[in-house]
Amino acid sequence: MSKEIIKIEDLKREFTMGNETVHALKGISLSIKEGEFVTIMGSSGSGKSTLLNILGCLDQPTSGTYDIDGLAVRNLSKNELATIRNEKIGFIFQSYNLLARTSALENVELPLLYNSKVSTEERKDRAIKALKMVGLGDRMDHTPSQLSGGQQQRVAIARSLVNKPVMILADEATGNLDTRTSYEIMSLFQELNEKGITIVFVTHEPDIATFSSRTIVLKDGNIIKDYLNKEIQSAATELALLPVEDH
Amino acid sequence: MRLLNLFKIAFNAIILNKARTLLTMLGIIIGVAAVIAMLAIGEGSKESIRSTISSMGSNMITISPGADMRGGVRQERSVMESLTLDDYKAIEQQADLLTYITPVVNGNGQVINGSNNWPSSIYGVNPDYLNIKVIELQSGSMFTDAEVQTASKVVLIGQTVVDNIFPDGGDPVGKMIRFNSIPFKVIGVLEEKGENTFGQDQDDVVIAPYTTVQKRILAIDHLNQVIASAVSEEDAPDAVTQVTEILRSQHKLTDNEDDDFHVRSMEELISTFSATSEMLTILLVAVAGISLLIGGIGIMNIMYVSVKERTKEIGLRMAVGGKGSDILMQFLIEAILISITGGLLGVILGLGSTVFIEKFLHWPTEVALYSIIISFAVCAVTGIFFGWYPARKAAALDPITALRYE
Ligand SMILES: Nc1ncnc2c1ncn2[C@@H]1O[C@H](COP(=O)(O)OP(=O)(O)OP(=O)(O)O)[C@@H](O)[C@H]1O
Ligand SMILES: [Mg+2]
Repeated sequence: MSKEIIKIEDLKREFTMGNETVHALKGISLSIKEGEFVTIMGSSGSGKSTLLNILGCLDQPTSGTYDIDGLAVRNLSKNELATIRNEKIGFIFQSYNLLARTSALENVELPLLYNSKVSTEERKDRAIKALKMVGLGDRMDHTPSQLSGGQQQRVAIARSLVNKPVMILADEATGNLDTRTSYEIMSLFQELNEKGITIVFVTHEPDIATFSSRTIVLKDGNIIKDYLNKEIQSAATELALLPVEDH
Repeated sequence: MRLLNLFKIAFNAIILNKARTLLTMLGIIIGVAAVIAMLAIGEGSKESIRSTISSMGSNMITISPGADMRGGVRQERSVMESLTLDDYKAIEQQADLLTYITPVVNGNGQVINGSNNWPSSIYGVNPDYLNIKVIELQSGSMFTDAEVQTASKVVLIGQTVVDNIFPDGGDPVGKMIRFNSIPFKVIGVLEEKGENTFGQDQDDVVIAPYTTVQKRILAIDHLNQVIASAVSEEDAPDAVTQVTEILRSQHKLTDNEDDDFHVRSMEELISTFSATSEMLTILLVAVAGISLLIGGIGIMNIMYVSVKERTKEIGLRMAVGGKGSDILMQFLIEAILISITGGLLGVILGLGSTVFIEKFLHWPTEVALYSIIISFAVCAVTGIFFGWYPARKAAALDPITALRYE
């Protein structure tokens, strides 16, 4: 059996605003093994993004423990966390978070700029490759304001792939894409997952969940369902079955 | 490698934020340039006053009559008669801190050469006069002690007089002229000195033996002044004391009587006038300081606001793996690049406008090195600090908090 890459126990996250406290996560425990493809579902405001931010080491829980690859995150320094984010995790934000007035290529290169092991040429090569993977080989010099919402989302996806992460955390990465493009992206993720990359994918769409091996459903900060998919669909096959666009 | 990347990031950010970069730089440029130019004007006028005074003879001592209370009436200085030839001789014999000394009698009159005439002043002196006043001869020679003894009718004239009574050119030496109605032989022409700081034409003079002026022109026995030069500038104050003592005993003044004369060293004059120009400099420094302050506040504002605005960017950079130190380094490099470039441009503009002021406005200027250093340092430090400090605060946040910053 492969090891647990994510292990959280009784995880709580509270936001205090004045004298009001929002309980976004109310004591969640779960573990994800290396190589799993997990989708997280749940209605708006159920705590999906909050959970994913903590898993991505971008936010700290109010209480509870989080072990990443056997290491307790609480005991890691800010610099160690930065290195983990830089080398191990590919994070796709719900709101993309691209650098304005900066080309798609440079946006994708960004994580590698903070990795001194990657040379300038390699950095560029890898960024170009990642952009081609998401179908943006012809939009590399465009700045975010010159790209459509879906294209910006794909730049954000390319940026999460460029550092060859062991774990991809995607927050509604296909929320802005049409069915065809989102199936293309899902088949890309399935390919990466087959190579052993762990994927945690937040989504609203049940058909996206059928491409994953496991689905966790959140409601009001609690896990209400956690089940393995018996029949995992192949995104590539589904893609082939889609009616050919007539234009 | 890592630092090179950070330089690249910082450089890209500067290019991305052109407007901010320009505004920040403008604050620095104007602050630095204003300080340099203003202090250059202040220093320049101070220096010009200093050099005028020292060209008049910096160790000169002037003895004038004063407080001559004849019949209880305070007299106009020119008609005071309390300074005599005996006083001069006493000082000459007793004072050992003086190198040169001459009596001075002076009056105004008309200098005439044929049909040309010109109103000027005549100074009756002895040959020491040229040494005391640091005057060179352009041609001819000074009269001798023997010519003083015999009250010879010889004169030396300044360039302004030459220009006005010898309009056709030619060497005036050896020519006969008249001062009022008395004929004189011109034996020398003084080197041009131009105007002094106070706007006096130093070349509008006629110099003759004091005996001649006393007897033949003014018909007086007393002296208007005695001027001397101290052994050195440092000895001038002691020389003043010495002369004062000699004159007090010469005039038989008791301890509770005031001096009936004035002894002044050039030093006093210098300090009076440097006090005035010191005031000017202080005023300019104040104005420069204010512009530096305003420039500094401007830099502060723009840097602070722009770093705040970029909190989201900082959050993203940390989210993709930038360490706090990387972020800080980036903002530090940015701030340094902007501040140093702005500072250098400011120095160039400051020096340029100084040259302009000197050339086209004809104000004396003197660039002070300290003004360059101080203004540059103040602007650079402000720019760097306010580029770095807000970035440090942003980099201390959790990535997600910084990303959420509105
Ligand atoms: N920084 C914050 N400050 C205060 N409350 C917050 C903050 N972030 C999230 N919340 C609250 O926590 C709850 C969960 O938010 P979260 O963003 O995790 O929802 P979500 O499941 O991702 O929803 P969506 O599907 O709409 O993206 C919400 O009620 C939200 O208001
Ligand atoms: Mg969300």
